[in-house]
Amino acid sequence: MKEKAEQLKSEVKERLENSQNLKEVNEIKVEYLGKKGPVNELTSHMKELSPEEKKEFGKLLNDLKQELTSAIDSKIKYYEQEELNKKLASEKIDVTLPATKIPVGAPNILEKIIEEIEEVFMSMGYDVVDGPEVEEDKYNFEMLNIPKGHPARDAQDTFYIEDETILLRSQTSPVQVRTMLKAGGEEPVRMICPGKTYRRDADDATHSHQFMQIEGLLVDKNISLSDLKGTFDVIAKKLFGEDCETRFRPSYYQFTEPSVETDISCFACKGKGCSLCKNTGWITVSGAGMVHPNVLRGCGYDPSIWSGFAFGFGAERLAMLKYGINDIRTFYQTDLRESETFDRKEVE
Amino acid sequence: MISLNWVKDYIDIADENLHELAVKVTKAGVNVEKVVDSHIDNLVIGYVKECIDHPDSDHLHVCQVDVGSKITQIVCGAPNVKKGIKVIVALPGCVLPGNNEIKAGVIRGQESNGMICALFELGIEEKTEETYSKGIEVLNTDLEPGTDANIYLGTDDTLYELDVHKHRNNDCYYHIGFAYEIASILNKKVTLPESNHQEIKDNVNDHITIKVETDKCPYYTAKMVKNVEIKESPQFIQKRLISAGMRPINNVVDISNYVMLEYGQPLHFFDKNKLGDTILVRTANENEPIKTLDGQDRTLIKSDIVITDGQKPVCIAGVMGGENTDVDGTTKDILIESAIFDSVSIRYTSSRLDLKSEASIRYGKGLSYEYTDKALERACYLLEKYANATVLSGVAKHDNIDKTEKVVSFKTKEISTLLGLKLTDKDVETELDRLMFPYTLENKTFTVTIPRRRLDIDSNVNDIAEEIGRLYGYENLKSTLPKVPTRRGVYVGDVSIRKQITKRLRTLGLTETKTYTLTSPDMASKFNYERKQQIKLPNPMSIDKSIIRTSILPSLMNVYEYNKARNIKDILLYEISKTYDINYEEDSKIAILIKGNYLINEWQHTTTKCDFYCLKGIIENLLDYLGFKNRYSFVSSEIPELHPGISAKILIDRDEIGIIGRIHPSYKKDEIYIAELSMTKLYNKQIKPLKYKEASKYPEIIKDLAFVVDNNTESETIKNQIRKSGGRLLTNIEVFDIYSNIEEGKKSIAYKLTFKDPNRTLSDEEVMEIFNKIIKEVENKTEAKLRS
Repeated sequence: MKEKAEQLKSEVKERLENSQNLKEVNEIKVEYLGKKGPVNELTSHMKELSPEEKKEFGKLLNDLKQELTSAIDSKIKYYEQEELNKKLASEKIDVTLPATKIPVGAPNILEKIIEEIEEVFMSMGYDVVDGPEVEEDKYNFEMLNIPKGHPARDAQDTFYIEDETILLRSQTSPVQVRTMLKAGGEEPVRMICPGKTYRRDADDATHSHQFMQIEGLLVDKNISLSDLKGTFDVIAKKLFGEDCETRFRPSYYQFTEPSVETDISCFACKGKGCSLCKNTGWITVSGAGMVHPNVLRGCGYDPSIWSGFAFGFGAERLAMLKYGINDIRTFYQTDLRESETFDRKEVE
Repeated sequence: MISLNWVKDYIDIADENLHELAVKVTKAGVNVEKVVDSHIDNLVIGYVKECIDHPDSDHLHVCQVDVGSKITQIVCGAPNVKKGIKVIVALPGCVLPGNNEIKAGVIRGQESNGMICALFELGIEEKTEETYSKGIEVLNTDLEPGTDANIYLGTDDTLYELDVHKHRNNDCYYHIGFAYEIASILNKKVTLPESNHQEIKDNVNDHITIKVETDKCPYYTAKMVKNVEIKESPQFIQKRLISAGMRPINNVVDISNYVMLEYGQPLHFFDKNKLGDTILVRTANENEPIKTLDGQDRTLIKSDIVITDGQKPVCIAGVMGGENTDVDGTTKDILIESAIFDSVSIRYTSSRLDLKSEASIRYGKGLSYEYTDKALERACYLLEKYANATVLSGVAKHDNIDKTEKVVSFKTKEISTLLGLKLTDKDVETELDRLMFPYTLENKTFTVTIPRRRLDIDSNVNDIAEEIGRLYGYENLKSTLPKVPTRRGVYVGDVSIRKQITKRLRTLGLTETKTYTLTSPDMASKFNYERKQQIKLPNPMSIDKSIIRTSILPSLMNVYEYNKARNIKDILLYEISKTYDINYEEDSKIAILIKGNYLINEWQHTTTKCDFYCLKGIIENLLDYLGFKNRYSFVSSEIPELHPGISAKILIDRDEIGIIGRIHPSYKKDEIYIAELSMTKLYNKQIKPLKYKEASKYPEIIKDLAFVVDNNTESETIKNQIRKSGGRLLTNIEVFDIYSNIEEGKKSIAYKLTFKDPNRTLSDEEVMEIFNKIIKEVENKTEAKLRS
């Protein structure tokens, strides 16, 4: 018996060693471990044995079965692995072939810069508010301390729709008036109102009859020009880098008093003087000031209790400076080869 | 232009570095754009001794010019060069404005050692057609050839070119006003010029009667001088006028300009003998004619102000005098007008007549009557001194001007709060002294009287804060943030949905465009699928930008053309913009255009083309994202500019919210697909709150079936019937095949049906029961037949 088992072992071992593929191994499995195989055949002799012998022989048979199964299974595994490897090798791809092109959804450059500014101001508590582009003279001029006949109206050569009453807004400031009126002189206001504006300018590289302003307003108690300066610092650093310096220069606008022009240190030459800053080291980026008491009063805010500041950026100017664009028409053409570049995050 | 030589008459700035002063002035708020040291080297007076035509040119001349040290040959192209005139010569080495260096050279074979100059070439006049055609400057001077021409030109001076903000113009546009500004900055005093003169007993009021019949002339004053001697002005007046960009004419005319440049008050001189004995100021009659000083016939309208002699106009008030009463070489007696007219009216008249004069610019900005009086006296003084005039006593006057003084009271704390500075009463006193604003300080309250020369300052504390702030220096401001509580800002109104749509469409691969709101009538007529009436601007700049659009699509088509012309094949665009109709109804729209391929992989042949269904997918993706899942439908519809068979209205809950389709081939051959949705309508629709929905744990059963229908039958019709018949357990219906090659005029649509119960496992039998019911009902209620 024992010899028979040993013989089977060495036989199977040899056949496995000489096998060529998975099929052969499976055949060997059926041949030796199958119902009609020699192992089963040995098992059938069990009943002829004494209980003692049975015990011994049983163990022997069990061991034999296990040994053969494990030898055959590991051979099967071996061939399966080999086959898989072959298959994987045949599936090797050229990773350098072109990718599937997924379309680029780029932002308009002006919208991109507006979104960036909105994010900063929202984090400082400013709401983003929209208003009509077809606007009333009352909101666009009169309530901003620019009465009929005022020379400031000539400077903003306006597209009128109805004589002296309805117009295409020449600035986004009317949204500030509307917001203050809505707040009713009781609530503080923090808002920015990016949007389209229109003036009768002939289109060329630096003029556009349609352009975007980003104006903002804060009305509260004890607000000072220094608060405006601090606020401007935050946005300037966000847009033009942490080392960006700022300065205020006196200026004049009808709806603010005092009024300032706000400059940033030239990021191209770091203040040394270059063609971008016309050798002054400074670049003017916005106009701002303390809200004129007439405007506050007109919107229901008592200037002896409330004060506030307002500021306005030109989105085109900011984008032209920040990205080195020198033709304002770029923003309104959408050359897809250029747009693609702007589908990207900023350096932080 | 401000001449610093001139300013020195009124304030002691002899020790100031004028370049450093310019920086201080700019810091305090009046922008000195440019400091011009106006001296031009190697510029001399020349005398043309000979002038012959150039042998090789039809317009050049060859001149022999005495330049003092020698006689030199210069080729000159000006038509007015001739023998025997004195001219300005730029010698080799001279650098003219624009960095134009003069060199000796040869022009068409003729030696030329310099240039005979026109005033515009010296930067004294602007280069215009007029100054160009005037040619070279012919001098009327006793100065010898070889003399430094800067002396003649008055260019031995330092000039400030100011960019004065709109409403400061009235006090910094003239020399005395600018002197006050410098005085505030340097804390110095201003001395006004001499105006004391002799007067004879004869009174102006015996020679002229002034009547004013319009409230657009609140203040009109006049004095009279006799026996003026018209001649050349003294050199200093000529020089200063040239430095200010004005041409000297004769002593009398020059004095009126000179005083205007001193006090900012324009004066008008009438030849008294041509005028008669009446001045009547009134508004013009409609179509009233006048010939102005420049020889032009002009027609007036009712809103213009005119000065008349009682009958006919003699001057367009504040704009230009009439030829009939002008001062000429024979003038003896002069009536000097110094008046104030309504600034809005002057600006309107001047722009309507396209006639901008030095006077109209100043009147247009508004004037202070204090200087109206001073200018009148000053003119008399100068006429007496430089034109030997005899000045009559008295002033003829119409005076209806508001003389209320502007007064403002405040406490120092109010100024400190506005500026964010900690000022003391002493600080405020110092600044008010520098400003020369009279004030009192009682019980910690300042009461300031605003000088009349500062028309720009109103009676409020902010205006005073600004004056103090700018002199104190904004560089001393701290940077602080408002110390009041707040919360994070939000998008108000429809801004939020706009931001979400924009982000979604970008994610879906569409590039954002921004185009013009104003379009041409032709563009505006396209895609007017809502038949809206449009706003036409009454006074557009051009016909191309004359209409406010009601659809963005025509503009998107332009962006498409622009990119196509640049050889870009795959074009995926969107824009969100406001539109307006004739009732000023605002409708924010979302426009989309796609053309070419969407996903591209050519070598694997798996490219997804932009077609109707691709665009439909983009729209559905967007609407699902916005919360409208299962609420929208696409209804085949004929739409202007769209392919009649490939176009649809988009509905949500049966309300039209937009359109989709392919561009009509007769409008544009290219296979372009567009859609436009009303964001305003989307914003106004309510959506349900977002809720968790557990996925079913039980298996689903999928069954396929196909129906044969007419080619024209829409798949949605069959699908709707399937849904109806399928009931609650039929959870999804997908079309997975369309087969047309079946029989004439027919097609087969194959649907994949999913059955599911969230609470149990379905049995095959019950699904088959529903399945059979679906087939039966679809066949009964529609023309569809089950495909065998």
